[in-house]
Amino acid sequence: MGNITLRNVSKVFGAHAVIPSIDLNINDGEFVVFVGPSGCGKSTLLRLIAGLEDVSDGEIVIDGKNATELPPAQRGLSMVFQSYALYPHMSVRSNIGFPLKMANEDKAVIDKKVADAARVLNLTDYLDRKPRQLSGGQRQRVAIGRAIVRQPKAFLFDEPLSNLDAALRVNMRLEISQLHQDLKTTMVYVTHDQVEAMTMADKIVVLNRGRIEQVGSPLDLYHKPDNLFVAGFIGSPRMNFVSGAPAAAYQAHTMGIRPEHLVLSKESGTWGGTVGVAEHLGSDTFLHVNVDNIGTMTARVGGDFAVTHGDRVFLTPDAQRVHRFDDKGLAVR
Amino acid sequence: MARNVSTRRKIVVTVVAWTIGILIFFPILWTFLTSFKTEAEAIASPPSLFFFDWTTENYHEVQSRSNYFLHFMNSVVVSFGSTLIGLIIAIPSAWAMAFSPTKRTKDVLMWMLSTKMMPSVGVLVPMYLLFRNTGLLDTRTGLVIVLTLINLPIIIWMLYTYFKEIPGEILEAARMDGASLSKEIIYVLTPMAIPGIASTLLLNIILAWNEAFWTLNLSAAKAAPLTAFIASYSSPEGLFYAKLSAASTMAIAPILILGWFSQKQLVRGLTFGAVK
Repeated sequence: MGNITLRNVSKVFGAHAVIPSIDLNINDGEFVVFVGPSGCGKSTLLRLIAGLEDVSDGEIVIDGKNATELPPAQRGLSMVFQSYALYPHMSVRSNIGFPLKMANEDKAVIDKKVADAARVLNLTDYLDRKPRQLSGGQRQRVAIGRAIVRQPKAFLFDEPLSNLDAALRVNMRLEISQLHQDLKTTMVYVTHDQVEAMTMADKIVVLNRGRIEQVGSPLDLYHKPDNLFVAGFIGSPRMNFVSGAPAAAYQAHTMGIRPEHLVLSKESGTWGGTVGVAEHLGSDTFLHVNVDNIGTMTARVGGDFAVTHGDRVFLTPDAQRVHRFDDKGLAVR
Repeated sequence: MARNVSTRRKIVVTVVAWTIGILIFFPILWTFLTSFKTEAEAIASPPSLFFFDWTTENYHEVQSRSNYFLHFMNSVVVSFGSTLIGLIIAIPSAWAMAFSPTKRTKDVLMWMLSTKMMPSVGVLVPMYLLFRNTGLLDTRTGLVIVLTLINLPIIIWMLYTYFKEIPGEILEAARMDGASLSKEIIYVLTPMAIPGIASTLLLNIILAWNEAFWTLNLSAAKAAPLTAFIASYSSPEGLFYAKLSAASTMAIAPILILGWFSQKQLVRGLTFGAVK
């Protein structure tokens, strides 16, 4: 089991409320991603769940039991840190076996569980090495190995991929998703990368300034953002926002349209403009268009749409996919 | 072209470094050589560097005239004792300041350092009277206490700097892995801090071994360490350079050997954190 419930949880550092008050329910077996810009409180929230920080108010319930005052070790959770936090003086074997040693398990049991974890994570050949003799990806695997041997109620990941290079990050992303499908254990994952959030999560929690902006499945957030913040944060390239007369035509204070929902033409359309920068990715092209009387908008077109800097183009928003927001930035549905 | 310049630079730097090294080492070499001369040769002008009648007479003379072993043991007890007691006090203090600092931690550290800025002689009279009245004068216990106190700020500062280098996340990981505070200290912190503790220990033994102001002023015969042993050859019977040199060589030899064998550890400890 791995049910985690936060009730009115808040965290105050000095006079500054990092997290004013949060209610959240994480179901057993769910892959939940906390996403938000730097300083939004996502890591603090994870550390509160882990018990590495004390809550200022509210309670944390794990599997129906109030865990607010429990020390980290007694919460039954495992954590993977951004810096891996491996013990540099121990071999890979001792690193992975450390939580079991702390739980006073038999040596035979420890050896077996470490061997099993190493096999799952392709670390068998490296068991006698020290962390400094491993690559970044291998270190991350050791950190994951150390987390899984204890069979925790839930895994907590604090930006575990941000120290890896881009190619490795994509691989590890898949491996962690695969691990979740195999283990079916609750995972709480913190990232500032919305692509990681979209690709891995069952449920995304979007945080901003210590508050939850929206909770939902990746596609929910993509299709039905509750407010301007979520609309702008989820989706890459980010959504175009237009206010004033063009928005008023849709009975909105601000209208939002995603780059992939703009139809491009070289002959005619709703808005005319000139191409500023064209980013060719092969499969797609991202065009940054200076639209007359509106400003820069980003449009996503097929890779074979031939256009270069300075060309005149026309953009037409897909009316079915326009997002409307009121003067407070909330979605109008 | 660039290679030529760097080779020339290398030669210049090497020559300069050797010159400075020899200049610094020269007094010790000179003392060592003088200890093997006769008293007449020791004050001869111009002095001879290597070509004289080598003799070990001074060493026999020093041995027969004073109890080297007593002073040696005093030095060992005083320097090791004060360093060990200092470490026992400093480890928890540095630990607390490094891992759960408060707003005042920096002030406390600066205050401790400030005690080292005061000239020792400024408190000599009160210290002497305190020692006399408490019966600590000329005792090993007294010297251990005073050397512990004067070196404590350095020990705490060194350990604090060292502990600061241990990433907090590793300690948090240990906590997540189920380690209690004592297990966290035994299995994670101490093994990671051992190089730092070792170099602090070594440096402080050397500092305490060489300390002359307090040991000379607060000891006479019974507790006098090797510094007092050297000093005893400098004044009462006129200057005997050769014997003084023999005594000095005997006094610095043990710590020189210790320093030689632990130099790698010492340099690492002293430059830790400077280069990452």
